[in-house]
Amino acid sequence: MSLEVLGITVLWLFLYGYLIVASIDFGAGFFAFYGKLSKKDHIMNDLISRYLSPVWEVTNVFFVFFFVGLVGFFPDTAYYYGTALLIPGSIALILLAIRGSFYAFGNYGSKNNIFYLFLYGGTGLLIPAALSTALTISEGGYLKKDHDRVIFLVGKLFSSPYSWSVVLLSIVSVLFISAAFLTYYADRAGDVRAREVLRKFALFWSPPTILASFLVFVSLREHNPEHFRQTLQVWWMFGLSLVFFFIASYFIYKKKNYGIAFISVMLQFFTAFFGYGISHLPYILYPFVTIHESVTNETMGTALVVVFIAGLLLLIPSLYLLMRLFLFDADYVQGKK
Amino acid sequence: MTLDHVMLSRMLTSLTLAFHIIFATIGVGIPVMVSIAEFIGIKKNDSHYILLARRWARGFTITVAVGVVTGTCIGLQLSMLWPSFMKVAGQVIALPLFMETFAFFFEAIFLGIYLYTWDRFKNKWLHWLLTIPIMIGSSASALFITTVNAFMNTPQGFELKNGKAVNIDPIAAMLNPATPSKVLHVITSSYMTSALVLAAITAILILKGKRSEYYKKALRLTVAASLIFSIGTALAGDISAKFLAEVQPEKLAAAEWHFETEKDADLILFGTLDEHNQIKNEIRIPKMLSFLAGSSFDTKVIGLDEFPKDEQPPLWIHYMFDLMVSIGSFAIFITFLFLISWKAERFNEWSKPLLWGVAITGPLSMLAIEFGWIYAEVGRQPWILRGYIKVAQAATTGEGVGLTFIMFAILYLVLAILTCVVLIKMFRRKPAETELEQRFQIKAS
Ligand code: HDD
Ligand code: HEM
Ligand code: HEM
Repeated sequence: MSLEVLGITVLWLFLYGYLIVASIDFGAGFFAFYGKLSKKDHIMNDLISRYLSPVWEVTNVFFVFFFVGLVGFFPDTAYYYGTALLIPGSIALILLAIRGSFYAFGNYGSKNNIFYLFLYGGTGLLIPAALSTALTISEGGYLKKDHDRVIFLVGKLFSSPYSWSVVLLSIVSVLFISAAFLTYYADRAGDVRAREVLRKFALFWSPPTILASFLVFVSLREHNPEHFRQTLQVWWMFGLSLVFFFIASYFIYKKKNYGIAFISVMLQFFTAFFGYGISHLPYILYPFVTIHESVTNETMGTALVVVFIAGLLLLIPSLYLLMRLFLFDADYVQGKK
Repeated sequence: MTLDHVMLSRMLTSLTLAFHIIFATIGVGIPVMVSIAEFIGIKKNDSHYILLARRWARGFTITVAVGVVTGTCIGLQLSMLWPSFMKVAGQVIALPLFMETFAFFFEAIFLGIYLYTWDRFKNKWLHWLLTIPIMIGSSASALFITTVNAFMNTPQGFELKNGKAVNIDPIAAMLNPATPSKVLHVITSSYMTSALVLAAITAILILKGKRSEYYKKALRLTVAASLIFSIGTALAGDISAKFLAEVQPEKLAAAEWHFETEKDADLILFGTLDEHNQIKNEIRIPKMLSFLAGSSFDTKVIGLDEFPKDEQPPLWIHYMFDLMVSIGSFAIFITFLFLISWKAERFNEWSKPLLWGVAITGPLSMLAIEFGWIYAEVGRQPWILRGYIKVAQAATTGEGVGLTFIMFAILYLVLAILTCVVLIKMFRRKPAETELEQRFQIKAS
């Protein structure tokens, strides 16, 4: 595998990791807020907070890891995205900052403050929307190069059906992934009431996920026909994704195998996400940045890969420990510890 | 001064960093203090120390959160505000930045485990052991990010050809000449400041009338730690000054108002400059600068005259340097005085003036961190990458930096206020006395 393909694969894996853990986190925030509003908070908020508390910081690191890695492997992206996305990027950053800190304030400081919870829940939906526009922009057509300046065409982004369909997809996916996970978690906790509430959420958000995905395809065909043609070449990946989606929904509907259901959700997004990624290559930012031209020098690339492997050797056992203590420890999950 | 892209980018970078560094410093130092307290608590089987560790760690969750979000801000802002710099330098320093995220990752995982496993292990030492990866993670992230900053001061490990970095050696870039002294000083000063902040909080509580054994133990522990770390900081600072004299003399010369290269150079404390750069109202210590720069009173110290006018740093950093050093000396003095009064039975270490002294040293020390960084950063001007790229060439050309500055300023203001409010509420709601009773069935004496 060439260096740039290796690099982009690693980064894509991390972005996928962030997609899953952050969706759980973002969605959980929203459900917690909704639970408070609909007075169901006594049923599920404890459960949500028990899962989130030990892991939210880890979630954030996934994100930092992705963008530091992206700039490391492909320094040109910093230049284009950095110049173009000052304002939208800053807004996303501020939302992330509000979210992270208000989680801590609300959870460790003033418990059950409805305002903190509102910010926490609301930002949980706005952030995926804001971050997903970075992917939208990578399709091309929203940036213009004028000598050595890069100009972001805001009006175009806001009037583009493609862009809105991606936003929609990101929001419903967040809610679906999160509900599927929390149903599983509630089931492990043996908390039937919470599980029922969350299971309904999962079922409720499952059809919109697929509808939104179709919308994205349709509008991509209009927006970037070349990319659309490429997605057809890996159609089987999207087909697999659909199969996993049905497996997941089936089990959740039938009230059994919640663990397998959640793994299927993960696979559903894994196949779709990688299908999308592969078909997008070689472009990182269409048509300005390709992985071949923008990849960093070889020495640095190799060094990054070496550090990456060494880092994984350190992290995987630690993550395993974290999961054992908080995710797979039945007593903890059930709130006995 | 015009508010162009360059100026605004500098303002936003300084704003974010000045805010982040508060939480970063605490983030590096508090785990050490928590670890020490828990260690003593288990060793002596003393619930007071265990409770200290618990309460510090609880407060730490709030500051870590703010540290993480502001760190995420600066991480992205570096690319957004200095795209040309990151495009070139990113080729050389991506490695430490990447390693830093691993260090965070490592720390975040173990911090999560630590906070939620207080009573879960039968063997108490197992829980204490968790502080070790936390300390390693946070100090290592300080180390890695400081190598990046050191690289900006004394770049090496690459060549610049037609605006592109070639012949890159990432390890040499990390191990540049500025790295050892900088890392040492940054880490010791973080430990020092964290210990002093904790000492200051305790001193204020005692001044407010809390007199139980718990507070006394807390104050003695934190002040003793502060003294050790303050001395370490001063020693590391001295190493930094010697390093500057040798490798980055214009920074030291600007800080010391040392205009001409000479032997037997005097040290100038405070003072003012008139329009002909004549120094007035200063305190002058003969030959001291030579001694500081090279450990002997006749060392030749390079002056500003050896640098072209447009490559000299601004002269006001003199005050930043002097304030930093004064605060450092004051901290050593006060903590030493406290320990003397404690050990020598004749004096009273709980006297009001002494407690007040400790109480103000906490915030002062945090100010010293700010002054130190401003000195180090402004002292690098006009360079962003010393000798290669000037700040003015590196800033973004994008629109809207001014608006962004205002948005972030509001964000930080809100975060600062809420952090204080939440922390105060958190500790008021559950005073140490109640917790001692509930958790350990100890009546506060
Ligand atoms: C509690 C904080 C604190 C205290 C009391 C001191 N310092 Fe400091 N100093 C820092 C916190 C700091 C810092 C924030 O850590 C800096 C900023 C950048 C850096 O590398 O460290 C720094 C930078 C810095 C530099 C510039 C290094 C460079 O740019 O490479 C020098 C020469 C000194 N210090 C010297 C001293 C001396 C002689 C002190 C005597 C007591 C002293 N500092 C106390
Ligand atoms: C290790 C970390 C750091 C890095 C990599 C870094 C990087 C930078 C960069 C890229 C700039 C803009 C270019 C310039 O104006 O020189 C800058 C400026 C500045 N930074 Fe830092 N910085 C670091 C730490 C800090 C900290 C902790 C502070 C906090 C007080 C700080 C204060 C400033 C100030 C005041 C400026 C503006 C200097 C001027 O424009 O005259 N820096 N830094
Ligand atoms: C340009 C300069 C800097 C950048 C780009 C930067 C970047 C970051 C980032 C991205 C985070 C959040 C990491 C996470 O998500 O966990 C963070 C947090 C932190 N940073 Fe900085 N940082 C800078 C300066 C500094 C300095 C000078 C220090 C120390 C002396 C420092 C120490 C820390 C610490 C201790 C945290 C808290 C993280 C934790 O406790 O997990 N940073 N920084």
